[in-house]
Amino acid sequence: MGAPVAFILNGKSVAVAATPVSRLSFVLRHHLGHTGTKVGCDAGDCGACTVLIDGAVACACMVPVAQAEGCRVVTVEGISAHTRFGGALQQAFLAQGAVQCGICTPGMLIAAAALLEANPGATEPEIENGLSGVLCRCTGYRKIIAAVRDAGAGVETMPVDAVQSAAVGARVNRLDGLLKVTGEEAFGADAMPADALYVRAIRSPYHHAAFELRDLDAFLTATPGLIRILTVADIPGRNLFGVIPAFADQPVFAEAITRFKGEAVAAVVGELAAIDALILPNFPVTWTELPPLLTLDQALANAAPCLHDNRPGNILIRGRVAKGDPEAALATCDAVVSGMFETGFVEHAYIEPEAGWARRIGDRIEITASTQAPYLDRDDTAAILGLPPESVRIIPSACGGGFGSKLDLSVQPFVALAAWLTGRPVAMVYTRPESIASTTKRHPARMTSRMGANRDGRLVAMDFQGDFNTGAYSSWGPTVANRVPVHASGPYVVPHYRAQSRAVLTHCVPAGAFRGFGVPQTVIAQEQLLDALALKLGMDPLEFRILNALTDTTPTVTGQVMGDGVGFKECLEALRPRWREARREAEAFNAGSTRLKRGAGIAGMFYGCGNTSLPNPSTIRIGLKPDGRIALHQGAVDIGQGSNTVIAQIAADALGLPLSLVDLIPADTDLTPDAGKTSASRQTFVSGKAAERAGLKLRADILRLANAGPDARLDIADGNILVNGPSVIRSIALNTLDTDSRGYALCAEAVFDPPTSPLDANGQGSPYAVYGYGAHLAEIEVDTRLGTVRVLRITAAHDVGRAINPTLVEGQIEGGVAQGIGMALMEEYLPGRGENLHDYLIPTIGDVPRIDSILVECASSVGPFGAKGIGEQALIPTAPAIFNAIHHATGVRVTRAPATPDRLRAWIVEREAGRESLSLALM
Amino acid sequence: MGPVANERATACQGYVRARSLSEAVAAMAGQGTHILCGGTDVYPALVGKPMPARLVDVSAVAEMRAIDVTGSAVRIGGAVTWTEIAAARLPPAFRALQQAARQIGSIQVQNRGTIAGNLCNASPAADGVPPLLVLDAEVELASAGGVRRMRLADFITGYRKTALRPDEILSSVLVPKTPDNACSAFVKLGARKYLVISIVMVAALVRKDVSGAIAVARVAVGSASEKALRLDLLERDLGGLAKGRPPSSVLRAEHFANLKPIADGRATAEYRSQAAWQLVGDALDQAAEG
Repeated sequence: MGAPVAFILNGKSVAVAATPVSRLSFVLRHHLGHTGTKVGCDAGDCGACTVLIDGAVACACMVPVAQAEGCRVVTVEGISAHTRFGGALQQAFLAQGAVQCGICTPGMLIAAAALLEANPGATEPEIENGLSGVLCRCTGYRKIIAAVRDAGAGVETMPVDAVQSAAVGARVNRLDGLLKVTGEEAFGADAMPADALYVRAIRSPYHHAAFELRDLDAFLTATPGLIRILTVADIPGRNLFGVIPAFADQPVFAEAITRFKGEAVAAVVGELAAIDALILPNFPVTWTELPPLLTLDQALANAAPCLHDNRPGNILIRGRVAKGDPEAALATCDAVVSGMFETGFVEHAYIEPEAGWARRIGDRIEITASTQAPYLDRDDTAAILGLPPESVRIIPSACGGGFGSKLDLSVQPFVALAAWLTGRPVAMVYTRPESIASTTKRHPARMTSRMGANRDGRLVAMDFQGDFNTGAYSSWGPTVANRVPVHASGPYVVPHYRAQSRAVLTHCVPAGAFRGFGVPQTVIAQEQLLDALALKLGMDPLEFRILNALTDTTPTVTGQVMGDGVGFKECLEALRPRWREARREAEAFNAGSTRLKRGAGIAGMFYGCGNTSLPNPSTIRIGLKPDGRIALHQGAVDIGQGSNTVIAQIAADALGLPLSLVDLIPADTDLTPDAGKTSASRQTFVSGKAAERAGLKLRADILRLANAGPDARLDIADGNILVNGPSVIRSIALNTLDTDSRGYALCAEAVFDPPTSPLDANGQGSPYAVYGYGAHLAEIEVDTRLGTVRVLRITAAHDVGRAINPTLVEGQIEGGVAQGIGMALMEEYLPGRGENLHDYLIPTIGDVPRIDSILVECASSVGPFGAKGIGEQALIPTAPAIFNAIHHATGVRVTRAPATPDRLRAWIVEREAGRESLSLALM
Repeated sequence: MGPVANERATACQGYVRARSLSEAVAAMAGQGTHILCGGTDVYPALVGKPMPARLVDVSAVAEMRAIDVTGSAVRIGGAVTWTEIAAARLPPAFRALQQAARQIGSIQVQNRGTIAGNLCNASPAADGVPPLLVLDAEVELASAGGVRRMRLADFITGYRKTALRPDEILSSVLVPKTPDNACSAFVKLGARKYLVISIVMVAALVRKDVSGAIAVARVAVGSASEKALRLDLLERDLGGLAKGRPPSSVLRAEHFANLKPIADGRATAEYRSQAAWQLVGDALDQAAEG
């Protein structure tokens, strides 16, 4: 080691003995313990590691630490003390709801601090430019821009953390926000023990290959610092996992053949320096490439070999919903449209790659990792290790974005197995290419659909078929196949209906859950065909939708009548004023423009909250401590969406006590009861309802103790609970009550499992207790010569039943819109190619326009305080609204998503040449 | 870049931070030595891979850190960053280069990434190349044996290939004197607004005579061939174009005959051809408007 590198870190001199070419980000995190600087890609693509070097922003992942010699380095940990606007920015980010998962927050704050230092009055375009080097996948950027504007302008932010009256409905700052703006929050890669070993997976370089492991012992001996090599022979339990137990088919380590590029065949365990120095191609494995089946057509061909012996024809599962006689009804319709639509793989692209660590404690194993599903992780990891589930403890770290992919196992089996066998703590952090190559994606879809209506504007019939490329293993493929036929109608009354879906196995990376489970794909077909149908009937597309909208008393395509809380029509009507203006403005613009054309488009959606016709319980526990604080055992993992805050707001109001008394005990399988997984837009609805019930139960216990009636007011002060009712005023000293085994003076636990019913052979029944509804209006501009699309404005109306926290709801909407823009215009993962964030493009701060959220509150009698889910609903209508706007602008129908510039230009050329695009030819 | 802490090179573990060109070229003599400067190409190529054993860091080489504007030429040191280029006072012919400087990667990348790195990386999508091609830029290649000079157009020989020898460092970029009334423009097409690798990008330079007719026009297109290319036939056809006629109105298919675009994840080859046509017209019109 040469002379230590000396620099000023957050105002203090440091000297660090590191390899001079070590990435500054690595040195900050591993040598200096400053884990506030995040690593998302190690390639300068995401900006999460942005720090200030002598006042200028830099990606610390691309700076050799030697170049920091003598420099002043400022990280998020020092932003408040060492930049002029750092403290104001932290406050503004919290107040505006500019923080969701928090993984991009340090980089955003640093970039914003540098911008405001030079330009405190930065305009919106200047803010966008200044922050453009940092990607955010959660927020949709708009609240970040607002926060930076506030901080620069010196707007005082009033924290509403300590709400004294009703918490439900209040714009409460997220309860877990402070740590996210100071850099103290521990994400998956942030709290590794100093003595941890590291593990790295050896992965298939081919889509499909046979392989043979050669002399592993020789490699182990010849590689200094390597401790152990793991293969299938080391697995004590079963070499199998999968989120849906009946379909579990994925091995931890492939045996003899691999079925997708990126599948693990072995893993190496060693000291960090040794793992980092590994030259992976030297690992002793011999590959024999085999011909892969990558596309639907290849996998469905008659002669195609089967990926799995028990899946003939490579069909994982089929789904079906049918009622009436669509074939006959379509023949009688006044207008029928049809089309074929395709979508590609979409990558979740959370900024935090998978990371975590495990340690063995006696005969138990403890895993701290980034996850959305602690109890699923526990049960699957236990089976792999051959342990009872209680012997595995899952402690979710802060999750730097999930969107569905962190429902499945990633690092967990590797770190657990290595820690179990070596007896030492073992950590693993996926590289960005590894994350993209090996974790689940959104299913590519190929959908054909016919839809018919009568001259009176009433929808009559629809016939839909969809094939979904589910990749090499089941993951959530079955859920996609089940959800698709239930949702392919959209929230409309369709008397005659048939929808059939198939999940098809291929040698691609497994497709799993991604915000919407197949529905964002189907809505691309259905909402564009609805538009075409309206135009064919000469009707206004918005009014056509309103006429056919589902209501409280009309049946869904599964025959379910919701009874209350169907606010779809209200969403559409809320868009009507802007819709009329936007259409007029676009047409006026187009009259004077040839190259640039503007358009306005609309799309609607509904989305069932929770599992489809399956049990889906959540349990919440609330304890009253002798000191008068409230312990909320809140196991609904907060992946940025805000369950830590929303569940607490619900619990506080159900109890009738101030939110400021609530202490969160976040998800931990040893400490929190099972609140299910964070997916299917179920946490506010299902876990929220459990929290409401637990709160009411605890309140009832308190009232009983005081002999007070249900209307009594509760207060807690100085360890006394004060019960103030019409006929009774009582103070109870909490420390006089016996405590339970957890140390609580009083404790209540409640379960909620949404009432659903199984679907029959025709898919008839009540698959969900509640749906969320919404509609988006997109205004766009097309450069017809280049095929590029600029989104000018999105207006989004969502029926959330009750907005528990309006700021968080808006955050979900804006983030969903941003992902919808990505899906519409730029995002497509080509398996085996572009496993980085400069080839795989997600929207930057300059790609997300003004978003106006309209919150509609048609309460559902089932949800807590009437609330429904919003997480997935927010993304679903964006892409088809943009596509309908493209049609308005250009006359072109988008039959293949994303509408990249080359595709859109080709369709425009076709249209100019008088040839209609594929689907219009069928219409 | 950090201040130069002392005047002598620091070296350890196969890493040398050179303070002068002579130190740098001396350190390049060893076999298998790689050059490191802004780090914005070196590190992304090493995700999940170990560092090269021998690296010469030229970011603190004094001779490579300055922009010198003299009567006869502009010399830009190889280790000058894009942020420094964007902020420099340069003649109007450099506007395309300065526009490109603000669109390379992100501000984070522009603050560290350097002109020499962009040229040596020789990506067909390197945004710095077309603006330098229309400036008729030359490069200086330094080694222990001395300095040689060649045209940038000859230096980049193909897809990620250059004429740089293993012991050489691209120490400076030289731009011969440009007439005061030459103006240039850079247009870039990507699938998103920021942080985007170009699908196609174009730089154009136009100088008009006293009548307002075009005296000199130069056009270079990137990302549409294995390396960025000048469109010589188009440049000849534009000569003498009368005032008032937009340059985009003279475009013909033959002008683009030497482009050989490929299809990749970003776009089809056919689209690249069409987009090149459109962007060439846009860039020329902008440059001609001044």
